[in-house]
Amino acid sequence: MVIAIASGKGGTGKTTMAVNVAVTVTRQGRPVQLLDCDVEEPNAHLFLDPRFDEVEEVTVTGPRVDLQRCDGCGECARRCEFGAIVALGGEISVFPELCHSCGGCALACPQRAITEEPRTIGTLEQARVGELAFARGVLNVGEARAVPLIAALKNRADGDALVLLDAPPGTGCPMMAAVRDCHFVCLVTEPTPFGLHDLTMAVDAVRTLHLPLGVVINRADLGDEEVRRFCQQQQIPILMELPCDRRIAEVCSRGRLIVDELPEYQEAFRDLAERIVQEAGRAPAPGGAAPAGLRDRIVEQLRHEA
Amino acid sequence: MKQMTVISGKGGTGKTSLTASFAALAHNAIVADCDVDAPDLALVLAPRVEKQSPFVGGKVARVDAGRCTGCGLCVESCRFEATALHGPPGDAAEHTCAVDPHSCEGCGVCVQLCPVEACRLEPTVTGEWFISQTRFSPLVHAQLGVGQDNSGKLVSCVRQEARALAEREERDLVLCDGPPGIGCPVIASLSGVDLLLIVVEPTVSALHDFERVADLARHFQIPALVCINKHDLNETVAAEIEKRADRLGVERAGRIPYDEAVVGAQLHRRTVVEHTNGPLSAAIRNIWQRIEQRLDLASEHRAP
Repeated sequence: MVIAIASGKGGTGKTTMAVNVAVTVTRQGRPVQLLDCDVEEPNAHLFLDPRFDEVEEVTVTGPRVDLQRCDGCGECARRCEFGAIVALGGEISVFPELCHSCGGCALACPQRAITEEPRTIGTLEQARVGELAFARGVLNVGEARAVPLIAALKNRADGDALVLLDAPPGTGCPMMAAVRDCHFVCLVTEPTPFGLHDLTMAVDAVRTLHLPLGVVINRADLGDEEVRRFCQQQQIPILMELPCDRRIAEVCSRGRLIVDELPEYQEAFRDLAERIVQEAGRAPAPGGAAPAGLRDRIVEQLRHEA
Repeated sequence: MKQMTVISGKGGTGKTSLTASFAALAHNAIVADCDVDAPDLALVLAPRVEKQSPFVGGKVARVDAGRCTGCGLCVESCRFEATALHGPPGDAAEHTCAVDPHSCEGCGVCVQLCPVEACRLEPTVTGEWFISQTRFSPLVHAQLGVGQDNSGKLVSCVRQEARALAEREERDLVLCDGPPGIGCPVIASLSGVDLLLIVVEPTVSALHDFERVADLARHFQIPALVCINKHDLNETVAAEIEKRADRLGVERAGRIPYDEAVVGAQLHRRTVVEHTNGPLSAAIRNIWQRIEQRLDLASEHRAP
């Protein structure tokens, strides 16, 4: 079962929830894997102190132009929808950070002058922290696209464990790439106007993927009632509320676990873990009543035919 | 005319709250909300929209089922698993291809390959952008559609429109509220600016992310200032951040104390400097003064 912990607004406490729930469930003796999918700014490792034993470079392909064969016709540039290959006065320039690795330029070149070569965009790293399995992606600074690295990291998900996925902030394509195909999404928010605004967008985003969701309200006594009202109106379960406790902020600021330094919160995190698993278990299984995408629908249809 | 962007690396450090206060303090600026994923500046600046435009951020492939022969070449060659065969069960001969617009990246490979020209790319509206008036200055902002790709493109659009407006109105500054992270929307929000303000909080997470975003600033050769928000939450880490900043060549712009008035201001839909007058407000004003000095803006509005 894969649970994504996401949010609309940054800094609401996704990583805090993810690491504390991961450690809580691990200590209950269940196999857990934590995937830090915020590849632009991964933070989960700061709370777990892992020793990374497997580091793998992740590459994407980009065009390489053989200048001997190239006649400067510019067809590649005309075909590229992303501005990654550009023709100016018969000279071809490549902007690899813009490339989506579609292969279109190589296909289009009448001289077959373009080959695709791998380019490293970041790393995947794995570690065990006691009984907890941990993996993260780290995007190289200067790289524009997080999505291919997030996809590579998700391929490392352990089908036999409870997988907790710390998603990137926002509602754009990195968040969607992290969250799609999960069983359940836990959205972390704060009860402020910014928190509510971004939560509504995150809810919309998750609903386009037809995924069940729940909300955790962090710093719950801070702002106003609008987030609770929104959740009620939208029939979104509130899975936990954590108060605005300065000690929590201080513990997290040092990179420590709440469940270790403030044991009075251990029960809250145990309850949150149970609630998440309960809510996720209630949702239709993927490929069942609510397949996630077109491909799943096709697979279903083809199964009926067979 | 100068340009600056407020970034952070880590989310939730206070970029938007600070930018809103800077908008209140700036004398002759255009404000741009470059966090097109989660544009929150409007919640405090209360813009009156004067111009609204759809944004065509990309293209999506579409198959004309009437022409499609179901050869499946597009399915084989699509690198994003966006095309699939579908049709009545039990009759493979009647199958045609269809594109899942959520997965399609609009690359056009299927268009190139289709032997019967059944596939074409269609421009898609992926967001909207706006030029608005606020009680302080014009605001250029945008909203990216849910889950849309190419936020960098919409950010660039906001930047361009803000720059053009600043030039038309002879403004001194374009002040941009940036997104969190280091990826394409951040890169689009900082390219070509004169100064960056990196807003951090005194946590190990923010320190870690600060190094990466400072690295990004160096990569693009843009001078940067750092300010530590909520500094009194952890003075040890605050000091560590300042030491790290000194080593990285990022100038210290100041520190802001933790104060629940920041949320109070938000709840009242006001900027912090409008809402309160104590040490919190003073700290923000000092940082803004430092920014004006660095951008050499102060001289532009001093009375002769």
